[in-house]
Amino acid sequence: MSTFLWVIFPYICLAIFVVGHFWRYRYDKFGWTTRSSQLYEDRLLRIGSPLFHFGILFVAVGHFMGLVVPQSWTEQAGMSQELYHIVALAGGLPAGIACLVGLAILVYRRRTVGPVFRATTVNDKVMYAVLAVVIVLGMWNTVAGTLLNLGIAGDHYNYRDGVSPWFRQIFWFQPDASLMEGAPLGFQLHALLAFLLFAMWPFTRLVHVFSAPVGYFTRPYIVYRSRDERPGTATGTRAQKRGWERVQ
Amino acid sequence: MRVMAQMAMVMNLDKCIGCHTCSVTCKQAWTNRQGMEYVWFNNVETRPGLGYPRGYEDQEEWKGGWVRADNGRLKLRAGGRLNKLLNIFSNPKMPSIQDYYEPWTYDYETLLNAPAQDTFPVARPKSLISGKHINIEWSANWDDDLGGSTEHAAKDPMLKGIEDKVKFEFEQTFMFYLPRICEHCLNPSCAASCPSGAIYKREEDGIVLVDQDKCRGWRMCVTGCPYKKVYFNHKTGKAEKCTFCYPRVEVGIPTVCAETCVGRLRYIGLMLYDADKVLEAAAVEDEHDLYEAQRSVFLDPRDPAVEREAERAGIPGDWIEAAKKSPVLKLINDYKVALPLHPEYRTMPMVWYIPPLSPVVDVIKDTGYDAEDKDNLFAAIDALRIPVEYLANLFTAGDTRPVEAVLRRLAAMRSYMRDINLGRDPQAHIAEAVGMEEEEMYEMFRLLAIAKYGDRYVIPTAHGEQAHALEELATDCPVSSFDDELLDSSGPFGEGSGRGAVTPVAVENLMMLQERAGADTLVSGGAKRGRVNLLNWDGRGMPEGLFPRREEGVEVSAGGGTPQQPTDDRSLLEGGEARPDNVAGADGGPQR
Repeated sequence: MSTFLWVIFPYICLAIFVVGHFWRYRYDKFGWTTRSSQLYEDRLLRIGSPLFHFGILFVAVGHFMGLVVPQSWTEQAGMSQELYHIVALAGGLPAGIACLVGLAILVYRRRTVGPVFRATTVNDKVMYAVLAVVIVLGMWNTVAGTLLNLGIAGDHYNYRDGVSPWFRQIFWFQPDASLMEGAPLGFQLHALLAFLLFAMWPFTRLVHVFSAPVGYFTRPYIVYRSRDERPGTATGTRAQKRGWERVQ
Repeated sequence: MRVMAQMAMVMNLDKCIGCHTCSVTCKQAWTNRQGMEYVWFNNVETRPGLGYPRGYEDQEEWKGGWVRADNGRLKLRAGGRLNKLLNIFSNPKMPSIQDYYEPWTYDYETLLNAPAQDTFPVARPKSLISGKHINIEWSANWDDDLGGSTEHAAKDPMLKGIEDKVKFEFEQTFMFYLPRICEHCLNPSCAASCPSGAIYKREEDGIVLVDQDKCRGWRMCVTGCPYKKVYFNHKTGKAEKCTFCYPRVEVGIPTVCAETCVGRLRYIGLMLYDADKVLEAAAVEDEHDLYEAQRSVFLDPRDPAVEREAERAGIPGDWIEAAKKSPVLKLINDYKVALPLHPEYRTMPMVWYIPPLSPVVDVIKDTGYDAEDKDNLFAAIDALRIPVEYLANLFTAGDTRPVEAVLRRLAAMRSYMRDINLGRDPQAHIAEAVGMEEEEMYEMFRLLAIAKYGDRYVIPTAHGEQAHALEELATDCPVSSFDDELLDSSGPFGEGSGRGAVTPVAVENLMMLQERAGADTLVSGGAKRGRVNLLNWDGRGMPEGLFPRREEGVEVSAGGGTPQQPTDDRSLLEGGEARPDNVAGADGGPQR
């Protein structure tokens, strides 16, 4: 069971994540959008959306620091465990709160504003539920694991000894399931649901994360394009089927 | 010099009767689907009035277009790249559906299902956005024909500075219609605002399009366009805009709005311009110079040097020929009667307008004087500050001189042609008074008043060597059929995703349409094409090829006039014997 949860399941999810995105991009470029509902409602979105998005961006940066950067590196850089926690907390807590408050506003808006609710698909609802649970669990882990026990030395769980190495091991295909077995339930659930979210990712509106328009900084303002780009490839979403190619 | 070709339009506002046929046919053709209910690629506004969406011209509010920075360079009024990305999670300046209007339908079922009763059942309006019953309080043309003008037209942003005078003159009710489509600007701020780079300007004909596969729904273009002609499809989450009917234009027929225009007031043709000079011209310091600056960007295809450069730039010969005959070129540069709409937005718009003389004429007529007399008209143009200033706010960033010059030319033409129509000797001095030759003035009259279809629309076809791309367009435009999938359900990943995204348009129908539109006699579509829709057959006679021939091997015309000559046996077969079902239909060409 442990092997399934902490080795097989993550790999299944990551595989779906990667292949799914590839497939979605090929199959459904047209559906690849944020599906903004700003046209329907502006005021709540204006507060909630930036709060949530900037919050979650900082949370992502925090996860990178906590999961990808090994503890030995920060220690070598002269950062003690205490200092690390303070930094993590100072950055993570406001970001998490912004993210949660934003999410709450957005969910409230989605439920109460008629047109927005009408434009919400089942797919959206399931995704929001998982996303919300993941975020709440993550927040709980931070608060319960760090803040509440901050004074009690050595008592709290150090995820950089357990979750982080396990997460890194996934990427060199040597995950040690026992590292996660020892983690508190909150962390376990957070990780599992996060992987579930990754598996759902390519099939939800979350794909818009990967169209963050960073190219905007470098491209010229006005884009010129030739009318005649290869038909079926550049203009359509799907390649022509074999045997049905156009007569040249 | 970098020569580029631009498909452009001129509208003669004097001839617009505000019938909205252009809007309706455009809507039927392009935006008649869910998510686009509120979208009017073409709309007709009554001016003075608020326009659509409400008060869109107030750029202090809506932040559209470009502004000239202190260093002399252009910047987007709504903020540059960094600003855009920081605001990407919610656009601070996007019109809400209330600024357009909440589209609705009626509860028709009540009418059908109502039991017998004393009173008539009523179909109540129902919002297409929220699905609830609504009280209709605004729509795309709420202030049509100055309806409710004391409340609405008074808020027209273009009345700034002349409000007090207009109130005074308002009893004389000057009013005209302003049909608007996307301007297909030379320096489009919508394209510049798009973080994804989905909006592009076509190299061949300058048409500005949204790549539906690249658009990610960031909505910055809606803010960026000062004309508010990029719309957000709230079902698919993508931006859509007027496409200048490019599938039609590519085969040489005018846009739907122009084709169906009852007043025949639209002219379509090519303009050649120097792409290297666009930015410089758009950034001139004085707003009043923008009109002349934009004209200076245009090139004269009749100049051999320009022609050589155009050829070097890869513009095909027939395009250059079409550019020489372009009615748009004549109206903008030869007769100088067309003006750009809001040059002060610095986007270099390419749909130009001949300002209406009618407000002036009407006033003279009401006073009992001769409204076709040159001196009366000239005096009135000078005296009637209000319409002139108002027109200047629309077309020349407030500079009344170009507007006056145009109105004087139109007035002179009116006066000059009256003598001819009444059989009197034409008076050369009238033409001279506005700096024109008699011949030129007569030509202008012909183009403005009685030009034939082929003179109003000079549209070169897209190129034969590229015709394979046109055969069945996998379009990247909003032509997609969203029929059944979208009607009541969503795609697997939300509305509009997955199937239904791309539908090929059969271009041959448009080809046939062009043939019929330009013909004086009955057109037997099959004679040239070898394949024609029977729906085009009006039942008269028996068109050749209605039934398959008895003998084998009889020569059947195939692909004779198509831009793409059949090159192998297979296509010949498809065009000819193998397709006995696609046969000629005799058809009455429209009388033009």
